[in-house]
Amino acid sequence: MDLLIKNGFVYDPINGINGERMDIAIRNNKIVESVIEKNSKIIDATGLTVFPGGVDIHTHIAGSEVNTGRLVRPEDHEKDFVRKTSVTRSGVGYSIPSTFTTGYRYSLMGYTTVMNPSMAALEAKHTHEELNDIPMLDKATYPLLGDWWLVLETIQKGDLEECARYVAWMLEITKGYAIKIVNPGGLESWGFGRNVHSIDDQIPNFGITPRDIMCGLAKVNKMLNLPHTIHLHTNNLGVPGNYETTLDTMKCLESIPSNGKPVVHITHLQFSSFAGEDWGSFRSGAAEIAGYINNHDHVSCDMGQIIFTDTTTMTADGPFEYTLYQLSGHKWVNSDVETETSGGIIPFHYKRKNPVNAIQWSIGLELALLIKNPWKVFMTTDHPNAGPFTAYPKILAWLASKKARMATFKRLHKKAQKKSILPSIDRELSLYDIAIVTRAGQAKALNLKEKGHLGVGADADVAIFDLNPEKVDIANKFRTFRRAFTNTAYTIKGGKILAKDGEILQQAEGKTIWLDMQTKKEIEISEEIKKKFREYWTVEYENYPVSEHYIKNSSPIKIKADV
Amino acid sequence: MSKINSVTCPVCGCLCDDIELTIADGIVAQVKNGCAMCEAKFFSHSNEHRLKTPLIRKDGKLVPTTYTVAVRKSAEILAKANYPILYGWSSTDSEAQRVGVELAEEVGGVLDNTAVVCHGPSILSVQEVGIPTCTLGQIRHRADLLIYWGCNPWSAHPRHLERYTAFTDGRFENSEWMSYLNKVKAAAGRKKIKSLERKGILKHRREREIPTVSDNKPTEILDKKGRKLIVVDVRKSMTAEIADYFLQVKPGKDYELIQGIRALVRDQELDVEEVAGVPVEYLQQLVDAMISCDFGVIFFGMGLTQSPSKFRNIDVAISLIRDLNMRTKFAIMPMRGHFNVTGANTVFTWQSGYPYAVDFSLGYPRYNPGETTVVDVLLRQESDAGLVIASDPVSNFPRKAVEHLVKNPLIVIDPHMNATSLVGDIIIPSSIVGVEKEGTAYRMDHVPLPLKKVVDPPKGVLSDEEILNRILKEVRKIKSNRLEAA
Ligand code: SF4
Ligand SMILES: [Zn+2]
Repeated sequence: MDLLIKNGFVYDPINGINGERMDIAIRNNKIVESVIEKNSKIIDATGLTVFPGGVDIHTHIAGSEVNTGRLVRPEDHEKDFVRKTSVTRSGVGYSIPSTFTTGYRYSLMGYTTVMNPSMAALEAKHTHEELNDIPMLDKATYPLLGDWWLVLETIQKGDLEECARYVAWMLEITKGYAIKIVNPGGLESWGFGRNVHSIDDQIPNFGITPRDIMCGLAKVNKMLNLPHTIHLHTNNLGVPGNYETTLDTMKCLESIPSNGKPVVHITHLQFSSFAGEDWGSFRSGAAEIAGYINNHDHVSCDMGQIIFTDTTTMTADGPFEYTLYQLSGHKWVNSDVETETSGGIIPFHYKRKNPVNAIQWSIGLELALLIKNPWKVFMTTDHPNAGPFTAYPKILAWLASKKARMATFKRLHKKAQKKSILPSIDRELSLYDIAIVTRAGQAKALNLKEKGHLGVGADADVAIFDLNPEKVDIANKFRTFRRAFTNTAYTIKGGKILAKDGEILQQAEGKTIWLDMQTKKEIEISEEIKKKFREYWTVEYENYPVSEHYIKNSSPIKIKADV
Repeated sequence: MSKINSVTCPVCGCLCDDIELTIADGIVAQVKNGCAMCEAKFFSHSNEHRLKTPLIRKDGKLVPTTYTVAVRKSAEILAKANYPILYGWSSTDSEAQRVGVELAEEVGGVLDNTAVVCHGPSILSVQEVGIPTCTLGQIRHRADLLIYWGCNPWSAHPRHLERYTAFTDGRFENSEWMSYLNKVKAAAGRKKIKSLERKGILKHRREREIPTVSDNKPTEILDKKGRKLIVVDVRKSMTAEIADYFLQVKPGKDYELIQGIRALVRDQELDVEEVAGVPVEYLQQLVDAMISCDFGVIFFGMGLTQSPSKFRNIDVAISLIRDLNMRTKFAIMPMRGHFNVTGANTVFTWQSGYPYAVDFSLGYPRYNPGETTVVDVLLRQESDAGLVIASDPVSNFPRKAVEHLVKNPLIVIDPHMNATSLVGDIIIPSSIVGVEKEGTAYRMDHVPLPLKKVVDPPKGVLSDEEILNRILKEVRKIKSNRLEAA
């Protein structure tokens, strides 16, 4: 049956719609021009806010690293368990929810599409097996390619065409969506316990620098016409003073032709905007970073906003996690992957009364508020690194309400308060801005044409919130706003009503979106490479790719490359 | 006749994926690249004694029945039970393990895998202190110091050395094969002499003496360039024979020894002459080798996890690796036995949050090893039904636990008859995963590998995954009928 969402306040930034009262018509799994009212199921959205389904550009929800995080944190699960119901599976939270619970919790907040941003290609099957077990959401995943030997070697040789063909092959066989780069050069160095400390450091044994990798892969990204930009976790992440490295990074990518569009997405930018010499003199570098981004159009980013809670950090940045281990002495997982990447996990409790954590909290918000164009900066927590995704409504309240952020600010460590410029920032995001930073902007950065908007032809993914923008001033009544965005009135995905008033009505499978790469020359894997395969990895060439067997609900996008 | 390449061997945690098979007349005729265990497995499918139909116990005797009846009866048992246990899982594919979690949740049972009797303590330690580790290829490329502690890969993981460690060529380290070859020959020679002695052909010589402490003396080999292989064990295994250095530890003294090494790694002085029977000066040389290597690794086995003070052993071993990472790069890895025990832990964790010992009786996953572990449930005599899949607990559980398992209705799913099926009430034969059924398994370092179907199962025999799916469907039917009736 067709579906008609009547008379809601619609926020659809991609189509320039800002709170107009209108109807949204749905047939099958698509938004359509109109449907016949008497033949349709009607949702009366009078007095409610209607958004496109949420899109998350960066959230660690599946794969080897995430699952090891789950494994080492039984104490995290014990305090947050979920009972089985007649329609849903049981599970656990808190910071790294089990797969089914992940799907339900996102859906209850109105999210319909999420990107898993970190996957070792060798373990890609695992990632996809878990994605299959995450219901309610469309998903995609980014393979880690920045320290892959074949990338390092082809860049060293100066043969970007060859590099591009390897990358195309890798995206296709891992069923991936974008090029993920983490601490370029640092991960290979970490293989022998070392790291790189600037974008011009030499990478041991390969004779190139992080700059070479980033510029090389940004060019490759262009040659392949990939929908997203390179997705970058910078060098020196989490180190005081690293905002300078981040500035160097952005500058080094200025030369990549961009036509006014981003060529790099810097993820969880908060962790890369630290000023000060050490933890004692630690302060925010957000103003410098935001200033740069306001003057340049080749960068998009997401926040990586800190939440004051007990969470679990996990990244491919093995050396960074090792530093955290040295700081915390907590349980520490390191997990390096042959010829590709590294990885690490540390549980972490961000505390209001810890001056560094408090400043980090401020940095995230400063970035989001000082970067003027909301299409350039998106709301994330780098789940679960800076906090679990279930904290998103809190962040939205901080963004939309100065009152909300000052309420938290007042409870911060006193020294951190003194250092912060946050009280001087008056900007408050409107619902329209909120729709950009939580869906429209993210969909656009990912170039997911059928996501993040409610125009005809879009996927019928809709989030309806119990919030009347004519009656509620969200900057003032931030608690009402926060509650409305914690559980939707309705979450609709692919034309099906999945959740209503905080309850899951039905379990639905999502699609796995991946790039079907069409290169000019057929990507041929020569005998030589196959031989290399045996040398480089401990698995056979034939057993490496992710076959269709591992994708329950496959949704390939054809990409025509220039090589 | 056809050839199939790049087949993954479904036997041990090495999960070698370079096996080449020749198939003739629907039967595996030849196995290339595999070890003896691998060959035995691939040939086993054509074993005449395979069970081809389910069996059900009637008047004390097992009699043939159909899959339909066996599935229905199994579902009835599980749906009726208050606190069933669902145990095994380590020798089947992840696809079946996924259904297993769903079934356990549906019937409110206790889900557990064989980790409980091998690397359970390792998992608890990892949850306590974490683990610095890596994939096996990382070791092949980079490790110049290899330590096997309380394990004997030569017999339990026969290709571990040749595929992943000492005998492989990596990007930064080379194979030490040639230097070992001579030792292997020498060791084989000694064995031969011994067997000739046993057979009385050679005149009995004086019994080899139990190695004295001087056997523990590190040689200059620890200063050599290139890969070094060290074995620490309570007895001189075949792996120890070929090692550059064998350190014999007194039974039950591993903990003490590791603590001693830790102290030296942290530059503390030891005010004793010996630790665990090993002179401190020898230990010092070992520690020097550890901190001066570029990349070291400790593989550990049941010698460490199942000896006295097993929990503390792994805690302290991992802590040693944490300490060593202050000085150089070091990793540690458990030698997982069954080919997909890692998969069982992995799948259970992503669906429920916990790797083993998951209790669904309250409608949500609960984990408390020592209480929710199957052996403990059985010892407390709390379960009232059991499903055992791809494992043989009757052969390796404590007697009291087995007694309780057998006392209640027992469903057994397995390709072969084993001690557990002989005492079961419903026996359901399944196809052999990785031979007659495709699927996925996780190597000991968590690398997922595809398993192939290379021959057909015996006519009519279903896979673990299919059998479990049918039972699950039937359980749901029974429960919804019950709901309607109520
Ligand atoms: S070592 Fe293990 S996985 Fe490899 S062939 Fe032998 S039994 Fe199979
Ligand atoms: Zn991240």
